[in-house]
Amino acid sequence: MKNELKVAVEDLKKRFGAQQSEFRGQISLLVGPQDIVEVCRTLRDDHGFDMLATVTAVDYWPEQQPRFHLVYQFNSLSKLMRLEVRVPLDGNEPSVDSVTGVYPSANWHEREVWDMFGVHFEGHPDLRRILMPYDWEGHPLRKDYPLGYEEVQFTFNYEEIELRKPRPKE
Amino acid sequence: MGIEQKTGNLGVVTTTLEKVVNWGRTGSMWPMLFGLACCAIEMMAAQASDYDMSRFGMELMRPSPRQSDLMIVAGRVTRKMAPVLRRLYDQMPDPKWVVSMGDCASCGGVFNNYAIVQGVDEVVPVDVYVAGCPPRPEALIHGIMTLHEKVKAEQLKDWA
Repeated sequence: MKNELKVAVEDLKKRFGAQQSEFRGQISLLVGPQDIVEVCRTLRDDHGFDMLATVTAVDYWPEQQPRFHLVYQFNSLSKLMRLEVRVPLDGNEPSVDSVTGVYPSANWHEREVWDMFGVHFEGHPDLRRILMPYDWEGHPLRKDYPLGYEEVQFTFNYEEIELRKPRPKE
Repeated sequence: MGIEQKTGNLGVVTTTLEKVVNWGRTGSMWPMLFGLACCAIEMMAAQASDYDMSRFGMELMRPSPRQSDLMIVAGRVTRKMAPVLRRLYDQMPDPKWVVSMGDCASCGGVFNNYAIVQGVDEVVPVDVYVAGCPPRPEALIHGIMTLHEKVKAEQLKDWA
């Protein structure tokens, strides 16, 4: 691991009590949801992580509690290193502070996480749906969201499905 | 045939109104650019030089629905895009036809889920379905020829 990366990881562990895990040479830190804005500010100002590559989420229902893990991935273009920070969240309507004040690129990523997982971001300037239609109900990428597939139409059930299919009025 | 024999070499030919109007419609049917996803690449390839669609009258593709006759729905239609598709179809002037190109537009394709409309015939009435993922340019041209045959078989009583 690079020296500057080691410095950053040790600093975060000391100040925020982050837990480290590693996968194939990539470092991942677990941080509490109340600290995430401070963590971002520290990484941007003190350690030179000038780019927030992505904000996504993972849903571990029903195997793991807490259910959601918010994943922030940071790049440093000046020092050529990467770091991942995970925030565990629980419940059906989890809420966390938005980091758009620190990294403006998080704007649309957080909108996508809100749309797909239902994680609310406090202080986000424009939190609305970005991928699904604006009046859609539900958050599709959660594990308890149904797939919404259509029944396959074979010859034996052709007529009954044909009656149910939506057709245009024209 | 009688009039043609009597006038001889005057350069007069007789036909029916249906044949002339249908010949005019098929001879210059302008498609509307509605390439949504990967099938759009094959549509572009069919319009380009190697498989030329201008041989069949589709000299240019108008992006405006007001100036086109044929809508080739090429690609996946999401539930967010479906009302937009219907509005563009409504803005096309009569006579209009719809070709559903590819598997995703015809039946939902490989995507059987909440986000993709399972077949664009839930939204607009389709005349010709072209199967394939994506259909080769020759397959699209075959679909266009089928549509031309369908138009040539139209009768007076269908127009009104």
